[in-house]
Amino acid sequence: MSVGFVMLVHTALDRAAQVARHLAASGCPVVIHADRKVPRSAFEPFAQGLAGVRGIAFASRRHRCEWGMWGIVGATLDACGDLLTAHPGLRHVYLCSGSCLPLRPLPELQAYLAARPETDFIESVTIDDVVWTKGGFDRDRFALRFPVPFRRHRRLFDAVTGAQKRLGLTRPLPEGIAPHLGSQWWCLSRPTLEAILHDPRRRELDRFFRSVWIPDESYFQTLVRLHARRVESRSLTLSKFDHFGRPHSFYDDHLQLLRRSDCFFARKIWPWADLLYASFLSNDPKVTRNAEPNPGKIDRLFSRATDRRVQGRPGLIMQSRFPARRLDAARTAAPYSVFAGFAETFPGFEAWLGKTTGLRVHGHLFAPGRVAFAGGAQVHNGCLSDSAALRDYNPEAFLANLVWATRGERQCFMFGPADAQEVMRFVAGDPNAQVSIVAGAWALTLFAREQAGELTGSALRKEAARLQKVELAYLALMRSGWVKARVRAWGLAEFLEAPMENLAPILDEIAPRAPRRPTEAPVLASLDGFGAFLQRLRNDGMNLHLPGDFPVGHAPTPPGDARPRPYLVR
Amino acid sequence: MWRSLRRRGQLTAVADRTGATGARDVLLFACLRNERIRLPYFLDYYRRLGVGHFLVVDNGSIDGSAEFLAGHDDVSLWRADGSYAAARFGMDWVGALLFRHGHGHWCLTVDADEFFVYPFCDTRPLPALTDWLDDCGLRSFSAMLIDMYPKGPVDETPYAEGQDPFEIAQWFDGSNYTIQRNPDLRNLWIQGGPRARAFFADRPAAAPALNKIPLVKWRRRYAYVHSTHMLLPRGLNLTYDQSGGEAASGALLHAKFLHTIRDKAAEEAERGEHYDGGREYAAYRAGLEHSPDLWTEWSERYINWRQLEILGLMSKGNWA
Repeated sequence: MSVGFVMLVHTALDRAAQVARHLAASGCPVVIHADRKVPRSAFEPFAQGLAGVRGIAFASRRHRCEWGMWGIVGATLDACGDLLTAHPGLRHVYLCSGSCLPLRPLPELQAYLAARPETDFIESVTIDDVVWTKGGFDRDRFALRFPVPFRRHRRLFDAVTGAQKRLGLTRPLPEGIAPHLGSQWWCLSRPTLEAILHDPRRRELDRFFRSVWIPDESYFQTLVRLHARRVESRSLTLSKFDHFGRPHSFYDDHLQLLRRSDCFFARKIWPWADLLYASFLSNDPKVTRNAEPNPGKIDRLFSRATDRRVQGRPGLIMQSRFPARRLDAARTAAPYSVFAGFAETFPGFEAWLGKTTGLRVHGHLFAPGRVAFAGGAQVHNGCLSDSAALRDYNPEAFLANLVWATRGERQCFMFGPADAQEVMRFVAGDPNAQVSIVAGAWALTLFAREQAGELTGSALRKEAARLQKVELAYLALMRSGWVKARVRAWGLAEFLEAPMENLAPILDEIAPRAPRRPTEAPVLASLDGFGAFLQRLRNDGMNLHLPGDFPVGHAPTPPGDARPRPYLVR
Repeated sequence: MWRSLRRRGQLTAVADRTGATGARDVLLFACLRNERIRLPYFLDYYRRLGVGHFLVVDNGSIDGSAEFLAGHDDVSLWRADGSYAAARFGMDWVGALLFRHGHGHWCLTVDADEFFVYPFCDTRPLPALTDWLDDCGLRSFSAMLIDMYPKGPVDETPYAEGQDPFEIAQWFDGSNYTIQRNPDLRNLWIQGGPRARAFFADRPAAAPALNKIPLVKWRRRYAYVHSTHMLLPRGLNLTYDQSGGEAASGALLHAKFLHTIRDKAAEEAERGEHYDGGREYAAYRAGLEHSPDLWTEWSERYINWRQLEILGLMSKGNWA
């Protein structure tokens, strides 16, 4: 008989009884402490059901266990006294709860502890190092007094602690005490536990800890440092907490994970996890069948869950993640590129860009009549529709949805002053956006339409004025101080001085390992007569400045060269 | 809420077995009309999830729905013969039942064509979810409506009684939803999916709302405002995280687009008893006549809740 158990129970009494019977049948005496809050109607059948079971006894005194208060420690101390007195041969006492479940056969635990008769297994970390406590109360837990239960009287609790802090009512620690914190579930050796129980200063220490906050995480953890010969600072009970400090529950689907734990017990088990109880309440190693321990796997599962809850998936907008704008660093899930004026400067730019970079290149996604998805599709990833009305109903959601649905494939799209403009405010504030603007390139489209006879005279002038105004607005927007997008902008004339030199860094940024290096420059729109066209608009009284200056008489020489020339980027 | 209480007079108990419910039971509330063909699978699905008792209002069915329901021990049935529209589309009746029987229970309020899916629903029963919500101090749980549709015309493969409707309607839109926040009641307003795409492409603002909060730890002072889209007090609508994290959420798979919809659309458009005078049904009726295929090459085929999680339609939050 090497180890006995003190079991604290308050709910799921059936499961507690089932585990207690298993422990007792395995030769481990158990003393059960049932919270005084457990109603008589529940306690009596529970106690009667276990009456007369060899090895199971009930604590001589029932305490009222309020979360965070002294009752739990008082109950533990009394029950430990009962257990040690009744079983003089015990070498270790294991503290567990009614929702703990053994993960491996008890003979393994008995053998393990028998080989380490003087070791105390208790997580005990000095408060100078603790980072896991919630609410910044690590030092205050000891320096202030906590007479009010936190969960039942939250406001009063805050008022009492706040007042003490304001008035500077801190108190000294008892002589020789170095505060330590750690998991509530431990396994202590008989000599250590007896030294704590029979400490001549126990009255003084108990009085102090009665008003410490959550003493069950600090009483034994601190005092063990005064008496123990060998502390192994870890708990033999697997217990995981979420970011609010609440214990995670284990369910049937955690079975394989629990088999990989290196702990002897796990807490807390959901009471209806039938498969877990059926799989672990056995001393036959063939039934419990533990796999090679891999506690890291369990850690990762729960730390990922915390990340999901606290960080979420960047760029995802959904029913349970709707970040206030200023709180979401990236507005979209992945980088994307906006090209304004390029399709007008280089007819066939979309095809060229797709071929050169291997990325998904759309036309004018925000065109007034219809969404120009790549390949003219009517529906795109995620079932986005090409209806302009649907898109304009919530253009930000449209873009965020597109980028989310195509994660892993960078999206490029054309833009211009003729498009729906609302989305640009969203783009400007998005660090995932790469925006490149050739200002005034729309004049090339107007030039072509004039030559085709589609648009002339005052209608042409009006349209030019409108486009220039819209473009000036988004240029101004992109120069705002708060812009997070990566923005490049040129006037048309300026851009045409060295088009490939201007394009190269954009391409390097978006497709550093492009399948094909651009050996061929994109074909430039014809500029014959463009200078004269601009001059005519100016002569008609328009203040046309975005395209820049083009010679009136003839096309500019270097880029105007019609022959495509081989081009290598760096 | 007062409307609900006044309308309780319109309810006649056909089979009241609520005395048999346990304190821990999750209760399911529904209001239906002529859904006989769906009911066997519906009851079966929710029993398997772990629903403890069904509380159903039958609004004048003539297809044997009431007789079928009354024959099950875990179903309590009321009859309401009044107007569906005047009773705020059935919510007044359901509200009266929630008031009377829901207090202190986790209550799931769904339609006969809505199937609740939540994280780990394939391995953990509904009480595991509600226990976890209790531990977290949460009172309400959101599950957006996901419209499911078949490949091909909606009436090509007829639905057979007892069949899993998602064997036929197994497709859905993966990322075609827009969300706005309603500053009054603080709920999110979600629209989109195939209905917006196929029937409301020219007037998106009229597309039906897809946000739902069907699971609530009910108190007598609570009330649904508009279907199960939102609640009062409005703090119950804060089922989402606003600082970048993800709260846990589920989904209601919507088995609306089966062959039954043609008859339903015709009947409901004429009765005009649905929201906005049945305008929605009129739109389906018109839409279903000339373009009956909602499927696209980008539609997702439904596999399980994990797929919905990966697609970002629902979230495990910090439940692990």
